[in-house]
Amino acid sequence: MTLIYPRESNAAHAPRLSPAYKSTVLRSPSKPLVIIPHTLSELTGPVYGHETVRENDNDLTIQHKGEPLGERIIVHGHVHDEDGRGVPNTLLEVWQANACGRYIHVVDQHPAPLDPNFTGAGRAQTDSNGYYRFITIKPGAYPWGNHPNAWRPAHIHFSVFGHSFISRIVTQMYFPGDPLFAYDPIFNSVTDEKARMRMVSSFDLENTKPDWALCYRFDIVLRGRNATPLDND
Amino acid sequence: MSNITPSQTVGPYFKYGLTPGNDYAWNDAFGNDLVTPNVSGERIRIVGQVFDGEGKVIPDSMLEIWQADAQGRFADPQDTRAMPNAAFKGFGRCGTDAKGGFEFRTIKPGPVPGPGGKPQAPHILLAVFARGMTQQAITRIYFEDEAANAADPILTLVPADRRTTLIAKREQGVTYRFDVHLQGDRETVFFDL
Repeated sequence: MTLIYPRESNAAHAPRLSPAYKSTVLRSPSKPLVIIPHTLSELTGPVYGHETVRENDNDLTIQHKGEPLGERIIVHGHVHDEDGRGVPNTLLEVWQANACGRYIHVVDQHPAPLDPNFTGAGRAQTDSNGYYRFITIKPGAYPWGNHPNAWRPAHIHFSVFGHSFISRIVTQMYFPGDPLFAYDPIFNSVTDEKARMRMVSSFDLENTKPDWALCYRFDIVLRGRNATPLDND
Repeated sequence: MSNITPSQTVGPYFKYGLTPGNDYAWNDAFGNDLVTPNVSGERIRIVGQVFDGEGKVIPDSMLEIWQADAQGRFADPQDTRAMPNAAFKGFGRCGTDAKGGFEFRTIKPGPVPGPGGKPQAPHILLAVFARGMTQQAITRIYFEDEAANAADPILTLVPADRRTTLIAKREQGVTYRFDVHLQGDRETVFFDL
């Protein structure tokens, strides 16, 4: 079995050393990465889905006794590979700040309220077509220490597996039209504008639920395999 | 330019979502103990710490491992060899503690086919995520007590003077140490995949 994951797919990613995002300076490899062939170790990957996701894990608004504060939203979309094929039965994990821009994490000391009815963690599995759906609260922007008056644009962290260990990705979903985009070195660490805009969801009026929640669409594209596996080993 | 979604850092606050342990109101999907009652193979521990370019420990990183079972089979339908693996999932996740430390309990993997069907030395894939990393960094854990390392088709692509960064040292009993240096003189070899 020889599958080909094109190496040039990685060109979409940010450089590991992105000095405007200061923490990369001491945490990015300084020596050249070693190019190796893809073996069974890289071409396989964990198959996780239904046994991991509990019913309602994809609804972050019903995990506590009361309703979380903030703007209820639906976030949905497809996970595709770069050849346009849906990635079925794959696990998505999300985590985010609450509506005030505060994470429940103990290290987050931003003086904004915690919400006792919102943890901000969820899971979903794509269906046979690669479709997923979350219900959550729109996260707020929050300050951070990278530079004077640094604020992160509102975002939801996504972790996705896909077909193999090398299609696995952790990314962030942003909201359309955020005025903080131009000032955020994490968002702008992705230097190609088209690639950067693939991290921005689109407002989805058609799937907004009247009198209940706005909807955003976020399609995720993972590294793909060539359509025809070669049987040369 | 490809059309894939770019990677972003996990940031500093992933713990309650990805490695909550008993600290947050969320359940772990994955842990650092891969051993199941029915799995065959040698039980081992892999311990280590993650360091930055100044040698400081990194308390906010996350490591994921992916490996074959003791017979060298992956728990993935793409591994189409006879006798597919059923008892061992082969995936684990661990966040680092205040001292940058991590630990996995697993089994020693068997040899996996490499390029041209030649066997590879036993190894585990390791992905490192952290605040300050725009992408995960992928490396391999080899074992110092494996004679097959000398002919391993991947290890021999690595400059000889850096191969030791990929080899876990047997400390005592079943424990191997594998430290990760993201940068600097002792920088771990990471792969361009």
